[in-house]
Amino acid sequence: MTLVFMEAPDDELSRQALTLAESLGAEVRAVSVDGPYAPSAWAAAIVDAAGDADIVGPGSDRGNEVLAHVAAQLDLPFAANVTEVRGDELTRIRWGGTLLEEARLHSPRKLLTAAPFAFAPSDGGREVATLSPSFGDAVRVVDHVSPETGGKVSLADAKVVVSGGRGVGSAEGFAILEELAQLLDAAVGCSRVVTSAGWRPHTDQVGQTGTKVSPDLYIACGISGATQHIAGCKGAKKLLAINADREATIFAHADYAVIGDLHEIVPAITAELRKAKG
Amino acid sequence: MVLTPDAQALETKHLGFTISPHEECGVEEAVRIVEAQGGEVVVLTLGPEEAAEQIRDCMAIGADRGIHLVSSEELDAQATASAIVDAVREEEPFDLLIFGNESADAGNYQVGIRVAYALGLPVVTGLKALSVDGGRARCEQEVPGGRDVYDVPLPAVVTVKEGINLPRYPSVPAKLRAKSKPLASKVVGRAAPRLEKLRLAVPEGARKQAQILGEGPAAAPRVVEVMRELGVA
Repeated sequence: MTLVFMEAPDDELSRQALTLAESLGAEVRAVSVDGPYAPSAWAAAIVDAAGDADIVGPGSDRGNEVLAHVAAQLDLPFAANVTEVRGDELTRIRWGGTLLEEARLHSPRKLLTAAPFAFAPSDGGREVATLSPSFGDAVRVVDHVSPETGGKVSLADAKVVVSGGRGVGSAEGFAILEELAQLLDAAVGCSRVVTSAGWRPHTDQVGQTGTKVSPDLYIACGISGATQHIAGCKGAKKLLAINADREATIFAHADYAVIGDLHEIVPAITAELRKAKG
Repeated sequence: MVLTPDAQALETKHLGFTISPHEECGVEEAVRIVEAQGGEVVVLTLGPEEAAEQIRDCMAIGADRGIHLVSSEELDAQATASAIVDAVREEEPFDLLIFGNESADAGNYQVGIRVAYALGLPVVTGLKALSVDGGRARCEQEVPGGRDVYDVPLPAVVTVKEGINLPRYPSVPAKLRAKSKPLASKVVGRAAPRLEKLRLAVPEGARKQAQILGEGPAAAPRVVEVMRELGVA
């Protein structure tokens, strides 16, 4: 049997984890966990429910955390962010997905998470059993704070992201990106260079060590396309790159390209959208 | 990205090394806590001889001394955790062990958690805010739509993410001082890996052929047309 830890029955990354579990060939059982988030207690409940089964989870922060707790409790190896399993061998992502590692697992049981967007989500309809952990004195969430978003759509949820890099030139330079974003009901993002320079807060950073986004359209303005950044935006369905440098790496990851100065092009797109909307 | 001929590592002949972003923030966070409350910051890394340079960088940020667990080969997550546990046990008592949430390269997401289990300590991961007061740590973990808050007794293990702070640029005097701070190094033996790296590969089909919509502002109408086709405008 393979046990799948699901964050929620309809959670996209968890359904991708189901697909990975189905590829292992054994019977698949899906579980979610009830009550406040307490990673060690959740992991213990999953270990209990699994017997000697393989355990698979989503390659989300929470999925990787719970599986790491499972692995520490069982003292077994854990392969995070797997894209394929072939018997005892597997492929997993490194460098936020810009490099692959082929590895051999020396273990009686497989503990894996599915790399985000490496698998199509499994169809719904599978029964998901709910586990009730024994919390004891386990470390658990005691409060939740929500950032003040001012009614703006969040980076992680936005259908469109307008993102700027070094080419934007300054904090003030983002005004034209903000304007375009407002018209498209989009979120504004940026690359790591921008947050390191202090032009935008880290909460706006898209990348391996920032937010990972999956919009319908990602508009990369003046972003060169470092692997750190690509790791955060490769979940986008389509990528439009606006860059003055024809040789910029970002074009190798783009579906659409506009070549030239973003300071002229972005306002022209905004004006064209306004004209079209009347 | 270019691999070495044996596909075991990235070709670094023409590259420099740097500390992972999450970990740089971890060092900065430790230095800030000690600046405010007193104590000592010890920075530990497991890596090849060359990694001593990154320990000196951390000392320039403000770490007081360093421990270098020297390994010419990459260890798997379990062996890494076990080497760190052995070294950390010699440093007891301590208040806080700070890790990066995941390394930029291997991305195993587990070393800090394994160390916490081995030492019997509470662990909270993915922190975007940390405050230490009265023998407890208030930890804010980034989650979709906000932050979950934890409150744990010290000593504890935490893993942090970039964004928890903006690391300082070390001054020239700080870099000079770093050169004379104590650095202990110890060679770590190689254990049989349980997650054994066989080879690395560059993903196929990563390169796309972008459709060029035009040059300069004249491309705007075509861009809006594409936005319509995608149903976003």
